[in-house]
Amino acid sequence: MADSMKFDLVSPERSLASVAATEVRLPGAEGDMTVMAGHAPVITTLRPGIVRIMGDGTDLEFTVTGGFAEITGESCTVLAERSLPVQDMTQEHFDQMVAELRARHDEAMNQDLHGPAPELVKVLADMVAMGTHIGLDPTQANL
Amino acid sequence: MPSLKDLKNRIGSVKSTRKITKAMQMVAAAKLRRAQEAAEAARPYADRMASVMAGLAGAASGSANAPRLLAGTGSDQVHLLVVMTSERGLAGAFNSSIVRLARQHATDLLAKGKTVKILTVGKKGREQLRRDLGQLFIGHVDMADVKRVGYDNAQSIAQGILSRFEAGEFDVATLFYNRFVSVISQIPTARQVIPAQIEAAGETGASAVYDYEPSEEGILAELLPRSIATQVFAALLENAASEQGARMSAMDNATRNAGDMIDRLTIEYNRSRQAAITKELIEIISGAEAL
Repeated sequence: MADSMKFDLVSPERSLASVAATEVRLPGAEGDMTVMAGHAPVITTLRPGIVRIMGDGTDLEFTVTGGFAEITGESCTVLAERSLPVQDMTQEHFDQMVAELRARHDEAMNQDLHGPAPELVKVLADMVAMGTHIGLDPTQANL
Repeated sequence: MPSLKDLKNRIGSVKSTRKITKAMQMVAAAKLRRAQEAAEAARPYADRMASVMAGLAGAASGSANAPRLLAGTGSDQVHLLVVMTSERGLAGAFNSSIVRLARQHATDLLAKGKTVKILTVGKKGREQLRRDLGQLFIGHVDMADVKRVGYDNAQSIAQGILSRFEAGEFDVATLFYNRFVSVISQIPTARQVIPAQIEAAGETGASAVYDYEPSEEGILAELLPRSIATQVFAALLENAASEQGARMSAMDNATRNAGDMIDRLTIEYNRSRQAAITKELIEIISGAEAL
């Protein structure tokens, strides 16, 4: 099939998905992108967000906390730092992720008088946005 | 000549030892299976990471402003040895073989006039190295309350290594761990992680020309620390599998030896019992004859 490609989602601990997909939506570091078969080869980093995979009868959504994606014409591989299917994503998980990031954010804030690196602020904001998107409440979201 | 009572007690104690080693062997076998599965599950990520790294690093290493994690600090005066061992003993030569390799490495480097620093992961290696290399220790990672090795553990170890590197505490970092080959064979391995060693990827046109988003350097800068965490993670998993494998075969040997010992002791016990009976009979008969 010319209009489908191989999609893999792997985290350091295990492989989460390996399916044929016609369309994959990625939260790229420089903006969301949709990958379809025949896409130009790209390697991009990811920000926290949702990866959506659509194919013949498949429609999967995964949350990722960052990582990168390798895209060739025939395949799309996402190497996620941490990843969970959206339906398994609970408030508890989400709170933990936000808390971890916030700790890093605060640490950076204390170390550097000019405030934390802008990337870190953005990552935290992205994470909160992702939570809101899938209906989780980012507690104490006072940025 | 031990008395019958003594022999009986010995047989009893060896029997309970055998029960313990048998149980440990079975536990190790179950854990080994899980550890192997974990190691296998982590492989795709590590492979992908390595191949992307190879492509990127090949392009970047030529340029003058390659990241220090890749190109090194330009010197190799200070070496950091990360010695990964287990938290528990009774695993045959598992810990000693890692320690032996690390010690030899350290002595070689010291002989060449380099400075050596040692970071230990796991209690057993620390105990064995303390006597002759204790003054080189700069840190220790305790894995005692880690039930299953997770990526988080690897990440925190890698973080520690990286912050030391950024503080300029060392130039070259090497991991020491046991590579799992099979239940009876684990190979102590030294693997240099900083500066990154890129396995020569099959550069046979397979490396398509990628676009990089954000930039090639940006991706590389983000990827290098992550690749170190991945390598630490792989080493931890290999080590976990090796430990269980080594323990399993050590305990299998112990169980077999205990069995042999029980057989020997039982024969001895029966012989002396027979001898005692014969002796008593002779006494009775000769007493009767004397009358």
